[in-house]
Amino acid sequence: MKDLIALIVFGIVVAALPLFVSSGFVLNIVIMTLYAALLGQAWNILGGFGGQFSFGHAVFFGTGAYAAAVLQVKFGWNAWAALPAAVALGAAVGAFIGALSFRYGLRGSYFALVTLAFAEVFRILSNTFDFTGAGVGLMIPLTESAGNFQFTSRTGFLYVILGFTLAACLVAWWLKHSRYGAWLQAVRDNEESAAALGVNVFRVKLGATMISGALMSAGGVFYVQYFHYIDPHIAYGPGVSIEALLAPIVGGIGTLFGPLLGAAALHLFGELTRSFMGDAPGISLMVYGLLLVLMVTFLPRGIMGLLSGSPPVRKGGSRA
Amino acid sequence: MLEVHNLSISFGGLKAVEDVSLHLQQGAIASLIGPNGAGKSTLFALASGFLKPERGTVRFLGEDITGLPPHVICRRGMVRTFQIVQPFAAQTVHENVAVGAHLHHRSRRKALARAEAVARRVGLADQLNKLASSLTISGRKRLELARALAAEPRLLLLDEVLAGLNPQEIGEMIPVIRSIRDSGITVLMIEHVMQAVMSLSEYTWVLNHGSLIAEGTPAEVSNNAQVIEAYLGRGTAERLRRNSVHA
Amino acid sequence: MLELSILFPSVLNGLTTGAVYALIALGLTLIYGVLHIINFAHGALLMIALYGVYFLHQSLGLDPYASLPVMVPAMFALGYGLQRFVIGRASHGKDENILLVTLGLAIVMENLALYLWRSDTRTIETAYTFTTVGILGAMISIPKLAAFAGALAVCAVLLLLLAKTDLGRAIRAIAKERHGAKLVGIDVEHVFAMSFGIGLACLGAAACFLLPAYYVNPQVGNGFVLIAFTIVVLGGMGSFAGALAGGFIIGVVESVGGLWLGESLGQIGIFLIFIAVLLFRPQGLFGART
Repeated sequence: MKDLIALIVFGIVVAALPLFVSSGFVLNIVIMTLYAALLGQAWNILGGFGGQFSFGHAVFFGTGAYAAAVLQVKFGWNAWAALPAAVALGAAVGAFIGALSFRYGLRGSYFALVTLAFAEVFRILSNTFDFTGAGVGLMIPLTESAGNFQFTSRTGFLYVILGFTLAACLVAWWLKHSRYGAWLQAVRDNEESAAALGVNVFRVKLGATMISGALMSAGGVFYVQYFHYIDPHIAYGPGVSIEALLAPIVGGIGTLFGPLLGAAALHLFGELTRSFMGDAPGISLMVYGLLLVLMVTFLPRGIMGLLSGSPPVRKGGSRA
Repeated sequence: MLEVHNLSISFGGLKAVEDVSLHLQQGAIASLIGPNGAGKSTLFALASGFLKPERGTVRFLGEDITGLPPHVICRRGMVRTFQIVQPFAAQTVHENVAVGAHLHHRSRRKALARAEAVARRVGLADQLNKLASSLTISGRKRLELARALAAEPRLLLLDEVLAGLNPQEIGEMIPVIRSIRDSGITVLMIEHVMQAVMSLSEYTWVLNHGSLIAEGTPAEVSNNAQVIEAYLGRGTAERLRRNSVHA
Repeated sequence: MLELSILFPSVLNGLTTGAVYALIALGLTLIYGVLHIINFAHGALLMIALYGVYFLHQSLGLDPYASLPVMVPAMFALGYGLQRFVIGRASHGKDENILLVTLGLAIVMENLALYLWRSDTRTIETAYTFTTVGILGAMISIPKLAAFAGALAVCAVLLLLLAKTDLGRAIRAIAKERHGAKLVGIDVEHVFAMSFGIGLACLGAAACFLLPAYYVNPQVGNGFVLIAFTIVVLGGMGSFAGALAGGFIIGVVESVGGLWLGESLGQIGIFLIFIAVLLFRPQGLFGART
């Protein structure tokens, strides 16, 4: 219950922010941090709670982004109507990739590689077909109104992304306090034991992939509405996949607040390096990569591990 | 309760389990013994769905369960433990046991309460909040047992829950296992600790090179010439008999 | 149906590319076979090696092929150090951690290159860059032919090294039975680092053969990393003969696929093969099912 209260307090504090802060610069940072936390939490649900590391989460993000863009541009849908459709499509892609991978027993590094390959396949496809605007990408028409999921001020976007991110965090909270979550974490730690205790390993993993895909897809929709544009590289390139796994790994994998903390730390770090080293190309990503190496080496449980005070390095299972 | 008919499986030409049939009565406490590599754990894996037999059938509670996946068999009431303990290392003892309890309890609160009760029963009450990875061997064996018990089985397959324990720990575990049977759960155990086999089990099957070579009460089995040879080598029974005649 | 006069040069072209792919994949499969880790930074390290060859040519006027005695030991040393002091320390017994650390290293290297050398695509020009020879009516450039021969030669040297030397025996012993090797007194950490070093030395050689016919930019490794994984998976993780054969297969598939479907869509064939092999035949085309 304590964690739920903390989550609600966090939500209220962020929601009250526009009352005191009017700087578009600051609000933009908050929005982008929440957005990173949403992608991170989506990855965390499959990777942190389910133990299935994906290197190609862009496949869900891009699907959501393109679904929203295509439905609006080619079919004239309203953006709010496109949102549930895009989220459902993200879950469906999750079901497809999950069913294939888990049916054939892909685990660990192999699962990571196969998700990456799927993201590449989707990138090439979206780069080829006119339907998705091919290499040029798609631009959604600019008609700023709340009814159109395009706000005149950043405050509107802030509330939407806060809602999305809180929803993702609520899912993570539910995983920590439900039977399904207990099963998912059991599967993460030992599939054989879980099966021996009556857990349907395949279905549990599939469910996590679908939830994760749906949330990631919502992130894609938000991206399109915020930036009005999507192309194959943004949608399905490695950048989003890396961004999604970075926040939970920095913040604390398999924890409720890890992705939030990680996203905040990363953005803080990014701003700091930018102010010290200038905005030269590559700098911020280089720092992120370095952070990834350092975290995995010295703090595999992330910032949350540091806060909980238990020994930072925990040896993995019995595998050599 | 459990009927196994002509069960067979081989791995790369090696007959791991060959034409094994056995019939376990409801409410019994029985054991499966035999030298290392005799196929005991493989037989458990076949019965509980972790391996699919090449030939033969497994019937449980009167129904054919051959080839069903492990989680389905578990849901029908047959729960196994593993010889090499496989805890959910990143989780606490309490959370580990609750996974078992969730089989019949959707509510998290109920599952946790049930897990606590089971942990108490196997002597893990004071270690509830420890990480499973930090337990001693004895603690891990108890955890393995507690998780299975929490799933409220009708038949419990125990794979060497006493191996690696010292005599005092074995002495503590034997009454725990007996109490499980007394609470109405049928127990079939693989065991190397003969003291436990003799004092706990009512009936024993002996497996050697994948085949059943003897069955009966522990006392009968321990006097069986084939069994002695399987354990102590060819010709031993003959020598023993000659020695006792000359004595 | 395609004309044979178009198909044949395309296959030949695929085979020459395939030889370089095989060389890159050989390094990757060696690292996998011995350390059981997937080196995600393989592509980025190839990129570093390509820049090495490029700058040796630009600043010292060294011919790419003459860079071999510099690049091979340099990449070996880099690999030895990386495994010994960075990757080896990060695993904590989990495969996923190594994947993450090598991913992190790849990001660092790629963006360091972007920072230092900008995103410009660079090529070098040698006297023989545009020289071609005819083989059975197909024109093929000298650098491609050299890459083909060179890659095959390095593969042969590597296989000999593994078969005939004490180090090779130790590497194979560890690949087969890690704990046993430790028991008989093999310095496992050292052999791990040596294997990683040799794996990268292959990249050093590949870079020397590749650059005259190719280009370098900070992202150049990305294109190779999934292709190299595909080859390794196709040939069977840890199998050298498999990597060689896989390299040629992928080289030809890419070349011929590109002919049919166009450059962009042609690449999809590689990834679909990758996914299909991972799903349906994870032991590879040439591996035995365990």
